[in-house]
Amino acid sequence: MASLKQLASQKEKFLGGHRACAGCAATIAARMVLTAAEQPVVVGAATGCLEVVSTIYPFSAWNVPYVHNAFENVAATMSGVEAAYRALKKKGMVEKDLRFIAFGGDGGTYDIGLQALSGMIERRHRVLYVCYNNEAYMNTGIQRSSATPRGAHTTTSPAGTEIPGKIQIRKNLTEIIIAHEPAYAAQTTIGYWNDLVTKVRKALDADGPSFINIYAPCRLGWAYVPEKTIKVSKLAVETCVWPLYEYENGKYKITVKPKEKKPITEFLNLQGRFGHLFKWRDDIPIKEYQEEVDMIWERLLKRSAQ
Amino acid sequence: MIVARTGNEAMAEAMRQINPDVVAAYPITPATEVVQLFSKFVHDGKVDTEFVPAESEHSAISACVGASSAGARVMTSTASQGLALMHEILFIAAGLRLPIVICLVNRALSSPINIHCDHSDSLASRDSGWIQIFAENTQEAYDSTIMAVKIAEKALLPAMVTTDGFIISHGMERVDMVDDAAVPKFLGTRQAKTSLLDVDNPITLGALDLQDYFFEHKRSEIDAMNNVLPIVAEVQKEFGEKFGRHYPLVDEYKMEDAEVAILAMGSTGGTGKVAVDNLREQGKKVGLVRCRIYRPFPKDAMLKAISKVKVLGITDRADTMSTMGGHLYNECRSILYDSDARPLMKNYIYGLGGRDISIEDIENIYAELYSIQKSGKVDTDIVYYGVRGE
Repeated sequence: MASLKQLASQKEKFLGGHRACAGCAATIAARMVLTAAEQPVVVGAATGCLEVVSTIYPFSAWNVPYVHNAFENVAATMSGVEAAYRALKKKGMVEKDLRFIAFGGDGGTYDIGLQALSGMIERRHRVLYVCYNNEAYMNTGIQRSSATPRGAHTTTSPAGTEIPGKIQIRKNLTEIIIAHEPAYAAQTTIGYWNDLVTKVRKALDADGPSFINIYAPCRLGWAYVPEKTIKVSKLAVETCVWPLYEYENGKYKITVKPKEKKPITEFLNLQGRFGHLFKWRDDIPIKEYQEEVDMIWERLLKRSAQ
Repeated sequence: MIVARTGNEAMAEAMRQINPDVVAAYPITPATEVVQLFSKFVHDGKVDTEFVPAESEHSAISACVGASSAGARVMTSTASQGLALMHEILFIAAGLRLPIVICLVNRALSSPINIHCDHSDSLASRDSGWIQIFAENTQEAYDSTIMAVKIAEKALLPAMVTTDGFIISHGMERVDMVDDAAVPKFLGTRQAKTSLLDVDNPITLGALDLQDYFFEHKRSEIDAMNNVLPIVAEVQKEFGEKFGRHYPLVDEYKMEDAEVAILAMGSTGGTGKVAVDNLREQGKKVGLVRCRIYRPFPKDAMLKAISKVKVLGITDRADTMSTMGGHLYNECRSILYDSDARPLMKNYIYGLGGRDISIEDIENIYAELYSIQKSGKVDTDIVYYGVRGE
């Protein structure tokens, strides 16, 4: 288990002064991931909030080597960096033992970057792919993604008079990644720093591709006050909207089990993106979201018990 | 060593001798055989290359960008739709000043879907910031692939070497290969100024560049392109001195006393040279100019070559869809604007989707150029040669 004191005493690898919103979980996630890394790392980022706020020329928040290529290809870009590392290490042109981390938002991971990510894992590049999942395209104006949950208002799934937000359920990307048999896969969130740090260290130690899906509340797109970011993150876990678990060597393990599983309404009613659901003519959207959460949680309990 | 090789084999052999650190590629339809030939070299232990068999051309070139940013010498190969899929990242590779080399087989872009030769794929990426070299034959494809690595690394710009689909890529020709050991010696190792793997000196690559800096950075990229032709000339000179094969920026064939000439690019240059020889035997003073380096455009050398004649037939194996003819036609008309000597010009768009162009076809074009010379005027400035109903 990591100690906060030890983590806090390190040289910062993701610096302040960037232009993220107050209460931005994506940047908290990036800082935590880099803090957790015990080896020197090379970072890649997909186009998205994290990239935009951290690297406005001539400034950079990254105190580690960093590359941004495009939106859909951070997994492919880091595949190339990792391949170059292997090639140059073989020739004695690189001596240090390095790790590689790719960051992408849910848009760059669940949607446009899914193919590149699938390829990176299938080819077994030793890269940790971190998805900071804020459940919509926050950088481009809060459009829906395949990570956006049932009922959520986004600018392309608006809370209308006839259709109350997004009609479809979220894609379960973590399970899609697990189907690739990566060396390590997990879900975590910033509200549980120790869970996050432990998982990042496991992922970086795993001899192969790894994936961590970090639930990263967005105060702008989710419409809550900035100081509630950690609370929202924790409620996602307490309601089982975002189960914290990991997968390695064919085994599932729930890493944080809520003492009492709260109804999702406690998570939803903190956020403006779900506000319309509480005024909607029926309870179908909330009920369907609750059913999805229950189904996935029950299945996870079964899988982790095996 | 004299060997018989197809264009694809010759390019793959050049890649084997270059022994890049990383090759990332994908076999889109139409796939280029270069990669599968190279894969065999990897699996037979003939190269040290880390081969990344990507899941798309988009990812292949993206991996190339990553690997090149890490200081590696990086190559890939593609054709047609594959290059189109890479399009977005071509600009990024050039903007990040990464000397990646693509072995490109020129094949028509869909639609209609077709797998045969034209230049619509490579010319659609002419504005991407890549150096573009069009080979006339297998030997030139082989030589240019080797030279392109050196040119790209000196210019800090990516480069593509193209062969004409099937005509060169699948046609078996005599190739004089240099010794395996001579290629690494000619190229040296890549000396990247920065590397993502240098964790003690961290760099941020691909930062967001807004109104206050973007233009200066783009301008510096354009400036890099301005510096390319002298680098090409220098590398070609060095290559010629070492290996005995000399390449010009613009290939002039029997142009000294030519009255009419054809401008061509790619394999048609070779076909045209045979037509020139045939017509010369009949006493006709014809010549041929071949555009070998297309990006950057060799303005001065081209102007010197084409302004000599009275009538110039410009052949283009792609259309710009501007209703103003092909790429070479437009660019040559542009450079002639300030010239005192301006030949009468006619644009022949030909060979789209692999439609054959024969020696006889080119002789017919020369005959037409002579009749233009005689009449002193061009009736139709843009024609689509060899299309039914034209």
